[in-house]
Amino acid sequence: MATDILMPALSPTMEEGKLAKWLKKVGDPVKSGDVLAEIETDKATMEVEAVDEGVLAKILIDEGTEGVAVNTPIAIIADEGEDVEAAAAAGGKAKAEAPKANGHDTSVEPGGDKPATIAKTEDDAPRAPAAPATITAKANDPVMEEFPTGTEMVTMTVREALRDAMAEEMRRDGDVFIMGEEVAEYQGAYKVTQGLLQEFGAKRVVDTPITEHGFAGIGVGAALAGLKPIVEFMTFNFAMQAIDHIINSAAKTLYMSGGQLGCPIVFRGPNGAAARVAAQHSHDYAAWYSNVPGLKVIAPYTAADAKGLLKAAIRDPNPVIFLENEILYGQTFPVPKLDDFQLPIGKARIHRPGTDVTIVSFSIGMTYALKAAQALAEQGIEAEVIDLRTIRPMDSATIVESVKKTGRCVTVEEGFPQSGIGAEISARLMVDAFDFLDAPVLRVTGKDVPMPYAANLEKLALPNVAEVIEAAKAVCYK
Amino acid sequence: MDAGKVAESGPAAASPEAAEAHKPAPNMPQFTRDEDLHAYHEMLLIRRFEEKAGQLYGMGLIGGFCHLYIGQEAVVIGMQMASEDGDQVITGYRDHGHMLATGMEPKGVMAELTGRRGGYSRGKGGSMHMFSREKQFFGGHGIVGAQVSLGTGLGFADQYRGNGKVSLTYMGDGAANQGQVYESFNMAALWKLPVVYVIENNRYAMGTSVARASAQTDFSKRGLSFGIPGEQVDGMDVRTVREAAARAIEHARSGQGPYILEMQTYRYRGHSMSDPAKYRTKDEVSKMRDEHDPIEMVRKRLLELHGVPEADIKATDAKVRETVNAAAEFATNDPEPDPSELWTDILLEVDA
Repeated sequence: MATDILMPALSPTMEEGKLAKWLKKVGDPVKSGDVLAEIETDKATMEVEAVDEGVLAKILIDEGTEGVAVNTPIAIIADEGEDVEAAAAAGGKAKAEAPKANGHDTSVEPGGDKPATIAKTEDDAPRAPAAPATITAKANDPVMEEFPTGTEMVTMTVREALRDAMAEEMRRDGDVFIMGEEVAEYQGAYKVTQGLLQEFGAKRVVDTPITEHGFAGIGVGAALAGLKPIVEFMTFNFAMQAIDHIINSAAKTLYMSGGQLGCPIVFRGPNGAAARVAAQHSHDYAAWYSNVPGLKVIAPYTAADAKGLLKAAIRDPNPVIFLENEILYGQTFPVPKLDDFQLPIGKARIHRPGTDVTIVSFSIGMTYALKAAQALAEQGIEAEVIDLRTIRPMDSATIVESVKKTGRCVTVEEGFPQSGIGAEISARLMVDAFDFLDAPVLRVTGKDVPMPYAANLEKLALPNVAEVIEAAKAVCYK
Repeated sequence: MDAGKVAESGPAAASPEAAEAHKPAPNMPQFTRDEDLHAYHEMLLIRRFEEKAGQLYGMGLIGGFCHLYIGQEAVVIGMQMASEDGDQVITGYRDHGHMLATGMEPKGVMAELTGRRGGYSRGKGGSMHMFSREKQFFGGHGIVGAQVSLGTGLGFADQYRGNGKVSLTYMGDGAANQGQVYESFNMAALWKLPVVYVIENNRYAMGTSVARASAQTDFSKRGLSFGIPGEQVDGMDVRTVREAAARAIEHARSGQGPYILEMQTYRYRGHSMSDPAKYRTKDEVSKMRDEHDPIEMVRKRLLELHGVPEADIKATDAKVRETVNAAAEFATNDPEPDPSELWTDILLEVDA
């Protein structure tokens, strides 16, 4: 019986990868543990090992093919003694198991359980590599309002934008350095620091032991002495080990020193849920840090915001919490090609103008908000979608102005409901836009439970597009 | 304080008997007359300052927590006598002595204790949170052990800049049990950071004796598994402190990495003002005061070995008293911070 070899997932969030190299050729005998092929993602290179014995009957995906979806059959192994030709023919028709949709269901259908169909026929041409698109900023494009019309735009991932921001600031200022686990030789656990060690050397790209409390304190100490550290947490879940230094040492020292000792430091890393990593690796801490005077808190959605705001954060003389999102790392956005592109901290952006309801979100919450807005438009409701970008200081004015126009507001975040960002926005609107509200503010949040592991429960725990649509319609009384 | 660093030979001893009485034990480092005079003045300033702070606390002028350094003066003064300008100092909450030792103004320190606008933190930090960038004193930290990672970061910055400076990072025997201390030891040793860790073992972490809290009561061994050299030092004798400090600082400054000094010392007062110190006997305290007082030891040497006239010592006493009284006077009459100060120093303005 022929066996299909499927494109493996190398991480909880991997959706596709490049089949870099075949190490076996058709007709080669294969035994368990043999390396069949090498696969690359934007984060890592991994080997695909054979599990069973047999003969490599057919290669379905040529080496060099990019964008191969997880679980796509890439080769067929014939059992020992089996007719290789027959196995190749039979195996090729074996139905590929489609991947289960993990977490972050941004499909429009309520509870939409429709995993993308990725089974390919043998005739499918390998997907062409995505070309680095060059597009131009358009006048009314809300995403591009913060740089001159006509600015050349480059498409890049959030990951690349973050890396470029750090590299540019490190070139500009010798006091800027990065420290954290696996930031140097490994090139970043999520490859955000790729290439930095090669360019800046081990003095400025510092691999630390697994010791968050200690290295956060060392970073703060170095900042108090005037250096400008970027401290990467592999995830903000691990920053719980270090939160004493973030709050008690970094955020409070300027005040407690009567203005003498500033702390120019950036704490950054992925925050919130990735996929299928359960409660201890899925917590969204935006609301926690949002609570603390002395900190600035940034949580970008687009690559342009990630770049412009990280550069601003590194130059900021205060401690800045920079909350990234693992799912967004691989997503591409247009980024202005400017020599020194910075964005102001503390400014929200109207991502999509609208008149009927204001939807406020940030980070990955924007993916739900924008899909909901699109679906709502088809139903005749024009939503104005605001991307907060900075959580603290919060740009109340932009929200209030929008609500004065729409009279309705829905907030979207993956964090927990109690004392969350939505709760804060609601309270502000009660004070600053009470007379303009035509409906109570509704919050779409993560559910008030620790993040479960099971795929179906995880999906239930996270917000989804349908909930945003439902909330928007509810406040519009439709 | 620089006077103490000048090595001058003192005058002959007052009498051969005195010289005999003060004959150094083998290997006991000796101070010149000027060094002893310097150490006496500096330690007495801390002692009198702390006594005054205790008084002001009793009068309700100082609030909250107030941890006095009385008894431990030789530690910070001996360390400072071996350090260079520009070396950083950071410690925990029993910090008034360190501030005075780094040259911070007694007035500014006392006014911070009373929460006045002339305080080093403009009244916003209090006893446990004072800083002076000018004097390279980095606090003043209220979270036990946090200063150890921060001090290691100061050493990281020194190494990054290649400025030849050393971070003097103090902690108590209680803080020495915190996890981040060992995270810091590991990285400091790994990266050979110029940090001298000074463990001020005053025998009690609040009310818990070292024996009740520490599986390894020899704190000089706490860096063994990281390869950090350490030694136990008589922290009541400013001479032994300075000698060990010089060795440790030289080690760190020359790029050989961190060094641990366990200073065996004693606090005469309770943990804080509200601590009746019932966990130890009165006899234990009086024995230390009578036989090992760091200031009295120097005073005797000045009189008997260096032949300093008693009148000169009394003049120093009076001068110190005057300084401390002036600080208390200032701290009592200086106005409280302006209410607008509530909203300042939260964030720095971003340069345009």
